[in-house]
Amino acid sequence: MNKEESAGPPPSTTKPWNDPAVRSIFFQAVLLVTVVTFGMYIFGNTAANLEKQGIATGFGFLDTTAGFGIITHLIEYNESSSYGRAFFVGLINTLLMAFTGIVAATIIGVVIGISRLSKNWLVSRLAMVYVETFRNIPLLLQIFFWYAAILRPLPSPKNSINPIDGLFLNNRGLYLPSSIPEDGFTLVIIALVIAIVGVVIMTKWAHKRQDATGQQFHTFYASLGLIIGLPFLAMVVTGFPLSWEMPVLKGFNFVGGTSITPEFIALWVSLSIYTASFIAEIVRAGIQAVDHGQSEAAHALGVKSAPTLRLVILPQALRVIIPPLASQYLNLTKNSSLATAIAYPDLVSVFTGTVLNQTGQAVEIISITMAVYLSISLGISMFMNWYNAKMALVER
Amino acid sequence: MTTDTQYAPGSYPDLPPPPSTVGVVGWLRANLFTNTTNTLLTVLALYILYVILPPVFSWVFFNANFIGDTRESCDGGGACWVFINSRLSQFIYGFYPEAERWRVDSTFYLLIALMIPMFMNSFRHKAWLGAFILFIYPVIGFYLLAGGVFGLVEVETTQWGGLSLTLIISIVGIVGSFPIGLLLALGRRSKMPAVSTFCTGFIELWRGVPLITVLFMSSVMFPLFLPEGVNFDKLIRALVGVTLFTSAYMAETVRGGLQAIPKGQYEGAEALGLSYWKSMSFIILPQALKHVIPGIVGNCIGLFKDTTLVLIIGLFDFLGIVQAATTDPKWLGFAVEGYVFCAFVYWVFCFSMSQYSQSIERKLHTGHKR
Repeated sequence: MNKEESAGPPPSTTKPWNDPAVRSIFFQAVLLVTVVTFGMYIFGNTAANLEKQGIATGFGFLDTTAGFGIITHLIEYNESSSYGRAFFVGLINTLLMAFTGIVAATIIGVVIGISRLSKNWLVSRLAMVYVETFRNIPLLLQIFFWYAAILRPLPSPKNSINPIDGLFLNNRGLYLPSSIPEDGFTLVIIALVIAIVGVVIMTKWAHKRQDATGQQFHTFYASLGLIIGLPFLAMVVTGFPLSWEMPVLKGFNFVGGTSITPEFIALWVSLSIYTASFIAEIVRAGIQAVDHGQSEAAHALGVKSAPTLRLVILPQALRVIIPPLASQYLNLTKNSSLATAIAYPDLVSVFTGTVLNQTGQAVEIISITMAVYLSISLGISMFMNWYNAKMALVER
Repeated sequence: MTTDTQYAPGSYPDLPPPPSTVGVVGWLRANLFTNTTNTLLTVLALYILYVILPPVFSWVFFNANFIGDTRESCDGGGACWVFINSRLSQFIYGFYPEAERWRVDSTFYLLIALMIPMFMNSFRHKAWLGAFILFIYPVIGFYLLAGGVFGLVEVETTQWGGLSLTLIISIVGIVGSFPIGLLLALGRRSKMPAVSTFCTGFIELWRGVPLITVLFMSSVMFPLFLPEGVNFDKLIRALVGVTLFTSAYMAETVRGGLQAIPKGQYEGAEALGLSYWKSMSFIILPQALKHVIPGIVGNCIGLFKDTTLVLIIGLFDFLGIVQAATTDPKWLGFAVEGYVFCAFVYWVFCFSMSQYSQSIERKLHTGHKR
């Protein structure tokens, strides 16, 4: 199949059907014709079927009134909103689930992954049991388990579990006090922003000083103090401009405060636990991939084990960890579509479920949904390529 | 003390190691109580075990009820395994008619019987047997299950269900996706731009979307693609969706193996005058596939777990049938038992597959380990 070789001297004895270049063009033409014919066949069938069943085509339906409610909506939405609006509500719910799930899964996964490498036999075994249990049970089953076996049988709102004042857990969800900012709260936010900027500047200064003099600065404690202390000071100055609205039982349900639906909790918990078991394995493999010589050299230089992990092992392990980690994040985002099984209103549940049932415009709706997920995954893989290029070992 | 005893050079007796470094005590000191942090961790871990294990054990074994027919026999306060017991045949066969269930059994026994020689080193006709399993067996299996020929009663696919349906979907998915994945992987690495673009696009499309949208597509959009009057049943549409989805993942795994083969192998094959397909099937693929067996098994585990999603489009696979059973008014309130049993079965399958893949990995691993 090499074109350079075939372009030999002019008196070639090769028959045209034996010439790799000709063959290559022939095969590609066959493939193209097949694909195009197949595509046109499907397109024709679909158009005929749609016309026969009287289903409208095009994206006009996005402006039509949806006429159904969605429990969880972060943007303004009611029954008279359009299908397009419902699409965005679903998309935002998907992204919310993905974001909160990624944060929780990363924290659990890193802790378990490091525990698996612990020298403590019991701890490493426990971590292994965690990983082997949760990654070998289908996610959908775990979602059902949390939803139907744990959260649904909780007591009714009247008999809510009330571990701390203002926090209620019952079969309608989790109820928390919500904070209401009053006058002067902007000052607190300004203080927080100043603190963050201060931390950034301080970190740069500490690095410069260490490079120049070798003296270290307790950046971590100083930043912690800045980020907590400065807003707290602002709170004291403005006289605590924050009031709490407690959830109160009225009739059959709670009113006020913030509520989190059991669907959200079930999906969030199971997604985090499931993905964490994969992340734990990635973290373990990444740390194990760092050559023993590295930690031995650090110990030989007199570096203690905590700084060895932080300054020597982790930066090298991250190079191995990040690519599969990103693909796990992507998996989590795609798996959040299982929401439709317990009716958490994510993109698939709202758009491919309810909207599809109401309008019947399968082709448009499924294409839009697939396009959304495709662009998320292409975005992440573009980020990965950029990251790999940036982090690749620079060798001589 | 006998320190004064004089020993001739070379005749000094071997002393036993200090008692604190050997045996149970030594092991405990080295692994659990090395230092303060470690001791604290051990205590914490023991506390977690103390909180979790006793209630779980008493629920699963000591307070559980195993014998009986109705929910009245469950009075121990623990798990009610009677529920599982009375529904077990439904969990395995779904709504398959009871009189015909031997057909499901024989389908699977036949497969097992055919697979045994494949794992025996002394068996010589593996290629023929493999071809038989790949091409002839599915036809036999389909007609055994679906019936309608040779006097077998026809059983509609809507009546298929339970663990047997889960296994059918997984096996068809794995067997179907492997050749497609292989071709896609070769295509993606092809030097012909049209072929590689097509394969890359196909792979990235399926890998980029969740399986659930693929299943929705197979149940809602496939019927629109077909000409008027032609219609496949729901199970076959789901199988097509699952197979295409898995083949994209299979392709990426195989491509990883192809990339690991040094260029010299390709050039060597070319230098011998082998055609593309001959060099692939005799030189490149045998080496490449050996490298990626763990990855392929990983894909199989993923597929096995993902088959649960078919319940969303209304097929009653193992999880689907367990879920349906937990909403049965006669057995309300035993959802935990149902899900735990279901999880245990899935776990056994997936865990044994992953152990198998790890044993292969160890066999192939010839590098240095510390």
